[in-house]
Amino acid sequence: MLLTREKDGALASRTVRDGRTGQFRAAAIRLARRNPVAASGVLLLTLVVLLAVFAPLAGTVDPDAISPIHRLRSPSLEHWFGTDSVGRDLYSRIVYGTRVSLLIGFSVAVLSTGIGFLIGLLAGFNRLADALLMRIMDGLMAVPPILLAIALMALSGASVGNVIMAITIAEVPRVTRLVRSVVLTLRDQPFVEAAHAAGTRGWRILFIHILPNTVAPLIVQATYVCASAMIIEAILSFLGAGAPPTVPSWGNIIAEGRTLFLVAPYIVIVPSLFLSVTVLAVNLLGDGMRDALDPRLANRM
Amino acid sequence: MRYVLHRILATLPVMAVVAVFVFSLLHLSPGDPAAIIAGEFASPAEIARVRVSLGLDQPLHTQFLVWVTRLAQGDFGTSIFSDIPVTRMILQRVEPTLSLTFLSMLITISVAVPLGAIAAWKANSIIDRLVMALAVFGFSFPVFVIGYLLMFPFAIWTDLLPVQGYVSLFEDPARWLRHLVLPSISVSLVFIALIARMTRASMLEVLSQDYVRTAHAKGLPDSKVLFKHALQNASVPIVTAIGIGVALVIGGVVVTETVFAIPGLGRLTVDSILRRDYPVIQAIVLVFSFAYVLINLLIDLSYKLLDPRIRY
Repeated sequence: MLLTREKDGALASRTVRDGRTGQFRAAAIRLARRNPVAASGVLLLTLVVLLAVFAPLAGTVDPDAISPIHRLRSPSLEHWFGTDSVGRDLYSRIVYGTRVSLLIGFSVAVLSTGIGFLIGLLAGFNRLADALLMRIMDGLMAVPPILLAIALMALSGASVGNVIMAITIAEVPRVTRLVRSVVLTLRDQPFVEAAHAAGTRGWRILFIHILPNTVAPLIVQATYVCASAMIIEAILSFLGAGAPPTVPSWGNIIAEGRTLFLVAPYIVIVPSLFLSVTVLAVNLLGDGMRDALDPRLANRM
Repeated sequence: MRYVLHRILATLPVMAVVAVFVFSLLHLSPGDPAAIIAGEFASPAEIARVRVSLGLDQPLHTQFLVWVTRLAQGDFGTSIFSDIPVTRMILQRVEPTLSLTFLSMLITISVAVPLGAIAAWKANSIIDRLVMALAVFGFSFPVFVIGYLLMFPFAIWTDLLPVQGYVSLFEDPARWLRHLVLPSISVSLVFIALIARMTRASMLEVLSQDYVRTAHAKGLPDSKVLFKHALQNASVPIVTAIGIGVALVIGGVVVTETVFAIPGLGRLTVDSILRRDYPVIQAIVLVFSFAYVLINLLIDLSYKLLDPRIRY
C-alpha cells in the first residue's frame, strides 16, 4: 500500500515536471515564433552566460599563466585564438573576460536602475526635491557619460568595483529622468485621481497604482543600461582608465593588443567580436521586451 | 526674445552644477587629493610640493573661489606633468578634435536622415527592416572596434587611406580629409543608428497626417512629399536628438583619436590619465561639457526657425 502510494506520488510528480517542461518548451516556441528577435537575443545571451559560469570547464587554461617562449603565436589547435605578448592563452583570457564584462554590465544595470528609481520616485512626488534633484541630474547629464566615467576613474584608482561605481554614476541621471517622467504622467491619470477622490492614502496609490506601471519601462531601460555599461567598460580599459591591467577583461585584452595591432591583429579583433556579439544580444533582448511589454514605447525610445 | 533670455539664463545653473561637480570630484574621493595626484610612488616631499602648487593647503571655499575666478578668466591652471598652462595645451589640441567632430556630424546627418525617412516611408518593408537592423548593430559595436575593422580593407590591405595620424587643415586640406575619413566614419556609426531611428519614428507620426495625404492626392512626387512636407514637420524631434547625441560623438571622438593616433583633445585626455595630470582632465571635462550645453542651447533656440508655429 505504502509502496504503491509512493510510486503514485513519484509518478504524479514526474507528470507535473513533464507538464512544466512541456509548458516551458511551448512558451519558448511561442516566443521564438512571435518575437524571433528577442528569442535570438535570449539564446545568444544564455550561451554567453553559460560560457562565463563554466569558464574553467570550457577547455581553458590559467588565463594568467605567462609563457614567454609561446608569445604572439597565431591561432592554432593548441591556442585557439593565439597568445598575447607575454604568451598567455588568448582563448582562456577571453572566456574569463566574459565573467568580468557580464559582472560589470549586470551590476551597473541593477545598481543604476535601483538608485535612479528611488531618486526618480522622490522627484516625481515631491516638488522641492524635484527642483533640487533635477538640477543636479541636469548637471550630471551635461557631462558626456564616457568623460564622466573617465574623470571618476582617474581619481578613484583602478579596480572592478570602481569601474562599476563610475559607470553607475554616469547612468543614474537617465534612469532618474525616465522614472520621474513616468510618475509625472501617471500622477495626472484619471484612475489615480479617482483613487485620490475615493480617499486612498498616498502610499497605497504609490504601491498599487504607480509602481506597477514603472516596471515595464524600467526593465527595458535596465537592458539598455547593461549594454551601454559593457561598452563603457571596454572603452575605459581601452583608454587605460578601467580595471587593473592584470584583470582579463575584454577591454584590457584589446588595450594590450593596441600597440601590436599591425603584427597580431587577432588580439584586438577576437575580443572585440565577443564584446559586440554580447552587447548585440542584450540589445536584441531589450528591443524584444520593449515591443512585448509596451508597443507604445517603441516610438518613444 | 524673453524666451531666448530665459533659456540662456537656464543654462547657468547647469553649468554651475557641472563646475561644482568637477571641482568637488577631487575632494569627495577618499584619501588625500595631493597624494592621489602625486601618485602611488610619490615621496612625502613630492606630495607636499603638489599640495602647495595646487593650493590644496588652503581652506576648501577659498580653493573653490580661486578656481572659479580663474576659470571665468579662461585660466584652467597649470599641468602638473609639463608645467604648461592647461589653456594653451587645450588650444593646441582643439583643431583635430573640432575637425573630427564636424566631419562626423556632417556624415551622420547626410546619411541618417535620408535613411530614417526612407525607412518610415517604406515602413515594414525589407528596406525598413534592414535600416533598423543596421541601427541595432550600430548600437552594439564599440567605436574602436569599428575603427579597427575599417582599417583592414582601406588602410592595411590596400593603400587607399592612411592608417593613422593627422595633417592640419591649414597645411594640406586634401591630406587632412584623407586622414579623417576612417575616423569620422567610425565615430558617426553609433550616431547614425540613433538619428536614423529617431527620424523614422518622427516621420512615421507625420506621414499619417492628413496634409501628407493631401499632398499625395494633388499629385506631388513622392520625394517632394517626403523630404519637403513631411521631413520639415518632423524636424524638431530629429534636431533635438542630434543635440542630445552630441554626447555620443564626444565620447566617440575621445576614443577614436586613440585608435587613429590623432593628436587632439581625446588623445590629451588619455595621456593625462596615464600621467595622472588631474588639472588637464578637469579642464577637458569642463570644456566638453560646456560645449555640449552650448550646442543644445543653440538647438533649442533654433526651433523657431524650423517650425514657425512655435511661439515662445
